Amino acid sequence: MNAYWLSRDRLDALLEALKRRGYRVIGPVMREGLPTLAPLERARDLPWGVEARAAPGRYEVREDAPKARAFDFVLTPQGWKRLLFPPERLLFRVRRTDLGYEVTTPDPEAEPPLALFGVRPCELRAIQIHDRVLSQGPFADEAYTARRRAAFIVVVQCTRSLETCFCASVGTGPEAREGFDLALTEVTDGFVVVSGSFKGADLLQEMDLPEATEAQQREAREAVARAARSQRRRLDPQGLRDLLYGNLESPLWQEIGERCIGCGNCTMVCPTCFCTTVEDGSDLSGREAWRIQRWDSCFSVEYAYIHGGSIRRSVASRYRQWLTHKLAGWQDQFGTLGCVGCGRCIVWCPVGIDLTEEVARFREQHAAVAAQEEQP
Amino acid sequence: MQPETLNHLAAGPGRTFRPLWARVLRVRRETHDTWTLTLDTGGPFAFAPGQFNMLYVPGVGEVPISISGDPTSPGPLVHTLRAVGAVTRALCSLKPGDLVGVRGPFGTPWPVDRAEGLDVVIVAGGIGLAPLRPALYYLLRRREWYGKIVLLYGARSPRDLLYRRELERWRGRFDLVVEVTVDHADPSWRGHVGVVTRLIPEVSFDPWNTLALVCGPEIMMRFTAQALLDRKVPPENLYLSLERNMQCGVGLCGHCQLGPFFVCKDGPVFAYPRVAPFLGKREV
Amino acid sequence: MKGLAELLAEHPFFQGLKPEHLEYIATCSTNVVFKPGEYLAREGEEADRFYVIRHGTVALELFVPHRGPLVIQTVREGDVLGWSWLFEPHRWAFDARAVTLVRALAFDGACLRRKCDQDPELGYELMKRFARVIAERLKATRIQLMDVYGNAGGR
Repeated sequence: MNAYWLSRDRLDALLEALKRRGYRVIGPVMREGLPTLAPLERARDLPWGVEARAAPGRYEVREDAPKARAFDFVLTPQGWKRLLFPPERLLFRVRRTDLGYEVTTPDPEAEPPLALFGVRPCELRAIQIHDRVLSQGPFADEAYTARRRAAFIVVVQCTRSLETCFCASVGTGPEAREGFDLALTEVTDGFVVVSGSFKGADLLQEMDLPEATEAQQREAREAVARAARSQRRRLDPQGLRDLLYGNLESPLWQEIGERCIGCGNCTMVCPTCFCTTVEDGSDLSGREAWRIQRWDSCFSVEYAYIHGGSIRRSVASRYRQWLTHKLAGWQDQFGTLGCVGCGRCIVWCPVGIDLTEEVARFREQHAAVAAQEEQP
Repeated sequence: MQPETLNHLAAGPGRTFRPLWARVLRVRRETHDTWTLTLDTGGPFAFAPGQFNMLYVPGVGEVPISISGDPTSPGPLVHTLRAVGAVTRALCSLKPGDLVGVRGPFGTPWPVDRAEGLDVVIVAGGIGLAPLRPALYYLLRRREWYGKIVLLYGARSPRDLLYRRELERWRGRFDLVVEVTVDHADPSWRGHVGVVTRLIPEVSFDPWNTLALVCGPEIMMRFTAQALLDRKVPPENLYLSLERNMQCGVGLCGHCQLGPFFVCKDGPVFAYPRVAPFLGKREV
Repeated sequence: MKGLAELLAEHPFFQGLKPEHLEYIATCSTNVVFKPGEYLAREGEEADRFYVIRHGTVALELFVPHRGPLVIQTVREGDVLGWSWLFEPHRWAFDARAVTLVRALAFDGACLRRKCDQDPELGYELMKRFARVIAERLKATRIQLMDVYGNAGGR
């Protein structure tokens, strides 16, 4: 794979090339003091000199870092999920006519295709997981599939980790190796760029970039490796599925349930959570009705409602559903963990529950029980 | 309107979530709270026994309802449903000629192919008879392929019994054992009183060579499964149809999960050993 | 024709009992027939026997003022009916009405109690069997109480 050199002053040329191809470019820009994913007009709108710090229940932004770097914020509070899989959308509209009911469905092909600029490796993996969930089963979410197929993805490899990152331990980062159209690595004075698709290669060719030097490529490799080494949090995927299924009735759930307030923040910021609910409406005349789909959360009480009431009344049972689905059920359903190690659920948990710590406690408890059983 | 043109407006994007339209042919009251709808979908509606459809009333909502017609002679679509919420009440108050949205058929069927050469014990509780009726139609159509066929049906009270005339016809057959029991009798009731599980030890079949199909409230299925296992029906020959909050019917909305399963697409019919680890656990 | 003891041996309730015990129990039993509507037992009356139902259905009823007889459960062919003979004060706790023609074996409680007192092994065997019937009936009653088909709202 050839690596090219994109100096900082040619970032705008890249954005222009994307726009010329008809893409609506979305990337990180500063909004109300936070790096936020929004339409990206010019390279200078990127969060230059912005560093984020994260901890359980905390996210802080400093804007006084060296202005030479645009991606040291690492992760925006909200990820890319909402762009390909919006929090709310119209499924269809029904109009009563003389012939019966006429149904109109929004056509995702009518929207301009998206260029996602600055996707982090863990977020790319989350998108690939959504592809499996929403596009590759026996039934597909056509709107997602159409939007996704049309999208252009520019990954920016991670050269810095937040304190809450643990992508290295689950194998999703800090470097993406496939699944992108272009991948950038931010180094001194610019970016090392590689393409990962025909679309990406075609665009690079048009830009006619010089090849990156060996020194630039080495700097990029080392920066990514440093980001990986700096991660302290770990989630060990080994045996995770059986660990959780084997401990469905552990008292630890109850203990977590006493701290968890069931707010569902973790599911909203999680880049792989995909549950939705629907809402039906109609106008007063009854001639027109509609169905709206909305993100839902397994932490809502109505989530597991069947006639007679909710199956999961306790917060503990809802946390258990979330975590066992993410880390165990997902493996059965989609052949992958549902966690990409972005750590957003840790950052945005109002009470700072950290799934890596909780899983470690399950491991300890399991090991203790196993040791006890071995004693004569 | 001609049946062929019923769905002519429905082509285009968004098929997964968008219903086709069926016209109500008949509405029949089964009990004080349960109705059977017969729907014209513009042609024969092919399905396998145990599958369900999502039925949609514009502006009100969509619910999963099992199909209760005869799978061996595809004709109009038949659904039996209980009016317990806004959507089911709206469905039950439809009139002939009205339109109803249909998506389906979805879900796994009863394993009727596995029944050849075996006795078949069908245990139904309450509205659970509705998804089992297609299996019984199927088995009776090919009656000579099976050993004994037993239908055990429990309901809350005599006034809650579904398909009463049909039950009487079935009881009159020499090649079918039908036992009906109610939890609460009224003075006119001359049949069994007691839970449906009590019928299991008493009825004659060959447990080792039996396929058992069970549908009813989850707690009833748990006790029924135990009673069948106590009689030495092999666990892998025992099938349950589970109920969870199915909103999309196609494994995309997430609500109906039970452990690793999406009940809507991996079920609703499951072999007992697959779901047993999750059934006894609270709030799973 | 089979002897009464042999008939008993085939019944699941008596399975595994020693032949001499079966012989003895047989001497305490008589064949009885009830027409539909006749009572096998009346609430409050002396419970001097129990039944093994050989044919037909029996309704266990409680008479509720203003509501009439309420059927709690039905027992039938193969079931055992009545355990009040075992315990003081030996009074039936419900009515037992033949719904259909009922053929049964009736066992004399006083006769059996005497024998059980003399022969604790037989007493223990019978008690185990009745305890099992009682436990099963209780379990069924609990499920019945849950009103599992009840209707608590829905979509």
